Amino acid sequence: MQFPILSVIVFTPLLAGLLIVLMPPARKTEVKVIALAAASVSLLLAIWTYFSYNVSAGGYQFVERLPWLPQLGISYAMGVDGISMPLVLLAGVVVFCGALISWGIDDRPREFYAFLMFLATSVFGVFVSLDLFQLFFFFEIAVFPKYLMIVVWGYPKTREYGAMKLTLYLFIGSVVALIGALAMYFASGLHTFDLIALEKANFSASFQYIWFPVVFFGFAILGGIFPFHSWAPDGHVAAPTAVSMLLAGVEMKVGAFAALRVAIMLLPQGARDWAWLILILATVNVIYGAFIAMIQTDFKYVIGFSSVSHMGLVLLGFATLSAEGLTGAGMQMFSHGIMTALFFAVVGMAYDRTHTRDISKLGGLIKKMPWAGVGFIIGGLVSMGMPGFSGFTAEFPIFMGIWRSTPPIFAIIAVVGVVITAAYILRVVSKVFFGELSPEFEQGVGDVTVLDKVAIGLLSVLMIALGVLPSLMVPMVQSGVEHVLRLLGGA
Amino acid sequence: MAAGPFNATMILAILPQIGLLALGVLVSILDLLWKENQKRNLGWLTASGLALIMVLAGVFTAPAAQPVLVFGGMLRHDWLSFVFQMIFLFGAALTALFAMDSEPLSRKGEAYMLLVAATLGMTLMASAADLIMLFLAIEMTSIPLYILAGFIVGDNKSTESGFKYLLFGATTSAVMLYGFSLLYGFAGTTQIYQLAGILQQGQFSTFTLIAVLMLVLVGFSFKVSAVPFHFWAPDVYEGSPTPIAGFLSTASKAAGFAVLMRFLLVVFPMTEHYWIPLLAVISTATMIVGNTLALAQKNVKRLLAYSSIAQAGYMLIGVASVSPLGITASVFYLTAYLVTNLAAFGVVTIVGRSTGSDELSAYAGLSRRAPGLAMVFLVALLSLGGIPPFGGFVGKILVFAAAINSNLIWLAVLGILNSIIALYYYLMVLKVVYLYRSEDENRPLAIPRSWAIAMGLCVVGILLLGTVFGPWYQWSVTAASSLF
Repeated sequence: MQFPILSVIVFTPLLAGLLIVLMPPARKTEVKVIALAAASVSLLLAIWTYFSYNVSAGGYQFVERLPWLPQLGISYAMGVDGISMPLVLLAGVVVFCGALISWGIDDRPREFYAFLMFLATSVFGVFVSLDLFQLFFFFEIAVFPKYLMIVVWGYPKTREYGAMKLTLYLFIGSVVALIGALAMYFASGLHTFDLIALEKANFSASFQYIWFPVVFFGFAILGGIFPFHSWAPDGHVAAPTAVSMLLAGVEMKVGAFAALRVAIMLLPQGARDWAWLILILATVNVIYGAFIAMIQTDFKYVIGFSSVSHMGLVLLGFATLSAEGLTGAGMQMFSHGIMTALFFAVVGMAYDRTHTRDISKLGGLIKKMPWAGVGFIIGGLVSMGMPGFSGFTAEFPIFMGIWRSTPPIFAIIAVVGVVITAAYILRVVSKVFFGELSPEFEQGVGDVTVLDKVAIGLLSVLMIALGVLPSLMVPMVQSGVEHVLRLLGGA
Repeated sequence: MAAGPFNATMILAILPQIGLLALGVLVSILDLLWKENQKRNLGWLTASGLALIMVLAGVFTAPAAQPVLVFGGMLRHDWLSFVFQMIFLFGAALTALFAMDSEPLSRKGEAYMLLVAATLGMTLMASAADLIMLFLAIEMTSIPLYILAGFIVGDNKSTESGFKYLLFGATTSAVMLYGFSLLYGFAGTTQIYQLAGILQQGQFSTFTLIAVLMLVLVGFSFKVSAVPFHFWAPDVYEGSPTPIAGFLSTASKAAGFAVLMRFLLVVFPMTEHYWIPLLAVISTATMIVGNTLALAQKNVKRLLAYSSIAQAGYMLIGVASVSPLGITASVFYLTAYLVTNLAAFGVVTIVGRSTGSDELSAYAGLSRRAPGLAMVFLVALLSLGGIPPFGGFVGKILVFAAAINSNLIWLAVLGILNSIIALYYYLMVLKVVYLYRSEDENRPLAIPRSWAIAMGLCVVGILLLGTVFGPWYQWSVTAASSLF
C-alpha cells in the first residue's frame, strides 16, 4: 500500500489542534508555531501531490480505501481528481496564510488556533472524500469552529448575529442535502455510500427530478447562491480576518464543490432538468452581488458582496453543463479562493491599523502599507478578469460556456457584472489606497508585518502565475471536467 | 413455554440482578459501619461495583443466539435486554461518580443504595416478559427515583420535584396498569410473548386494541417523557440533585424505551398501521415542544430538560420506523445520548457546585475559568446537536436514514428542521461559555478526581461512538434482531 498522503494532509491539522488543546494556555507562541508547522506540512504535501498528479491519466488518484461501517456500506475513502486537486491546494494555501496573518491574536490563541486547525481538517476532508457519508462527516465538523471563531474573535458589533446566521444557514443547507443523500442511498439499492459506485447508480428520471434541487440547493447555500446568500456578507464581515479568508476563500468552494460532486455528478439528468433555474439564480448572483458591493460604505462588506458575485460565476459555469463552463468554474473556484483570501487579509490589516472600515474615512493607505496596497490592486485586477491574471483564465471560459450553451442574454448580463466589478474595485482602490491620507492615520498607522508580507506575496504570486501560465492548472481541471461530462452525457 | 427445570442458565441470566442486589446490601451495611468522613468512598465502591457487575455480566451473561424465557416466563434473556442492561449499568456507574461530589448525595449511603435499587429495577424492565413482572420492575425503578428526586431535605424545589414526580408517576402507572388488566382480561394470560397470538385469534375489534394500546402508552410515554406526558420533566430535573437529573434523563429514559420497543413490537404487531402514525405524531410533537420551549430557557438544567424531551422525540423516530434499522438506530442513538447527556449534566453538577447556580449567566467566562471543562461542555452540546465527529451525529443519521427507509420522509424532514432549532440553543449556551465574561473568570474551578474520571469516560465514549462506531453498531443490530 502506498503512503496515505491525503490522510496525512487531512489529519495533520487535526492532530495539531488536539495537541494545542492539551497544551497549557499560557504557551501562546508555542501554540502558534505548532499550528503554523501543521499548516506548512499540509501545504507542502498538497503542493507535492499537486505536481505528482498524473494529468494525462486523469481520474481519481492517491486513492485510499478502508472499510468503516461495512454493514451500511460506509467506507473511509479518499482520492482526488482534476477538480478537487486544485481545491486541496487552495485550502492548503489559505490555511497557511490564515495561520500567518493571525499571529497577532492575543486573546486565547490556544482555542483560536485549535479551532482553525479543526476547520482546516474539515475543508481538506470534504475535498478528498470519495464517500458520501464521509463527505457529510467532514462537512459538518466545520459547524462549531466557524461559529465559535466568529463569535469569540469576531467584530464585536455584529459577531453574535453574523455568527448565528452563518452557522444556521450552513447547517440548514447541509441537513437538507443530507436528506437528499439518504434518499439517494436507499433509492440506488446498492447499499453503499461510495461516490464512485453511486455515479453508476442510474437513478430514475423522476427520482432525479425530485431530489436534484434538494441536494444541489442544500449545498449551494454554502456556495452563496441567490436568494440564500445573505449569510455570506454578514458572516464574513463579522468574522476575524483568518476566518473570513477561510470562509470566503475555501468554505464557499466546499459548498460549490459538494454541489458539483454530489448533485450534478450523481444526478446528471436532474442537473439538465434544473439547469435553467441555476442559470437564472446564478446570473442574479453575479449582477446583484456586484451592484450591492458598489454601494457599500464598509470596506469589508464590499469584499463580502464581491464574493457573492464571483461565486455566481462559478455556479453559472456549472449551469452551462459544458466543457468550457465547467473548466472555467473549476478555475474560478481556485482563483476566487486565492483572490478573496487576499482581499480579506488586506482588509483585516487595514482595519487592525486604522480601526475603521468606513471607506469615506480611509485614504492614501498605500503610503503607509505599500505591500497591502499592491496586493489589493493585484487582487482587484484578478477580480476584474484582466488578462495576465488568474481571473481571466477562469472567467473567460465561463463566458464562452455561457455564450455557447445558453441564450445570449445571460452572457450579456454576466459580462455587465464584470463591468460593475471593475467599477467597485476601482472605487475602493482609489478611495482607500490613494487619495488623501487622513491626518489621524499619519502617526498611528504602521506598515504590515513580515508575516503579513509573506502571505500577501504568496497569494499574489499564485494569481499572477496562473494568469501567465494557465497550463499549470487548466489541463488538470479539464481532465476532471471530462469525467463530469461523461456522466452528463451517459445518463 | 412452560418453565423448564431449574438450571444454570437461569442463574447466569440474572447474574446482573444478583450482583446489584448484593451491591445494594453491601452499601447499606457499610453505610452503618463506616464513619462519616469515610462515607464518600461509598461512591467509589458503588461505581467500581457496578463496573465489576458489567464485566461479569459481559463474560457470563452474554445471551445465546436463541432467546430463552427463564423463571416461568417472567424474564426473557435476549440481546435486547443484555445490551440495555449494559447501558443502565454504565449510566449508573457514572452517576455514582458524579454523586460523590454533589451535596447532599455524596456522604449518604441511602443515595447510593437507592441508585443501585433503581438500576436493578431497570435491568428487570429491559428483560421483563410478563405483565406482572413488567409492572413490578417499573415500580421498582420509579420508587427509588421518587426519593432521590426529593433528596435535598429542606429544599422546597427538591421536595416539589420529588412529589411532582411521584404524582405524575403514580397516575400514569395506574392508567398503564388498567391497560395491563384489560389485556389480561382479553387474553387470559400475562405472558407478553403469548398475548399477541391470543389477541389475534380473539377477533377483538381494532378499536378496542388501540384503546388498550393507548392506555399502556401513557405509562411508557411518562417514562420516556414524550409529549403530552412530559410536563414533569423540567420541574423535576430542576429541583432534583443534578447527578440524579442526569440519571433520570438518560438511564431511566433508556429503560422506558426498552419497554416501549418490546411491548409495541411484540404485543401489538397486528395494529401496526394504527400506531405507527400515532407514534410518528407523538415523536413530532415531542421534538417540537421540547425544542421550542428549550429556546426560552435561562436555566441550564431546564434547558437540558427540554432538550432531553426533544431527544426522546428523535429516538421515537427510530421506533416509529418499525424496522430492524429503526430499532438499531434508536438503540445506537440512546447509547450516544446516554454518554452525551451524562457529560452535560456532569458539567452542570460541577458548575452548580462551585457557583451555587444553574442559571445560564453562571456559565459566563467558563472557558477562561476552566478551559477543559468548557471543552467537555462543547463536546457534549455539539454531540446533542448531532455534529460530527461526535456520537450524536451518527445516531441522528441512522435515525433519519431509518425514517427514510420506512417511507416516513416527512418525519425525517421534521426531525431535521428540529435539529436546526436545537443547534441554535446549544450554540447560544456555548456562546455564553466562550464569549461572555464574568468577574470570577480568573478564579479556576476545582475539579475532583472522581468527576474527571467519569467525564473522561463520557468524552471517550462520545468520540468513539462518533468515529469508530462499527462495534457498537453491530451490538445495536444484534439487540434489534431479537425483536424481529
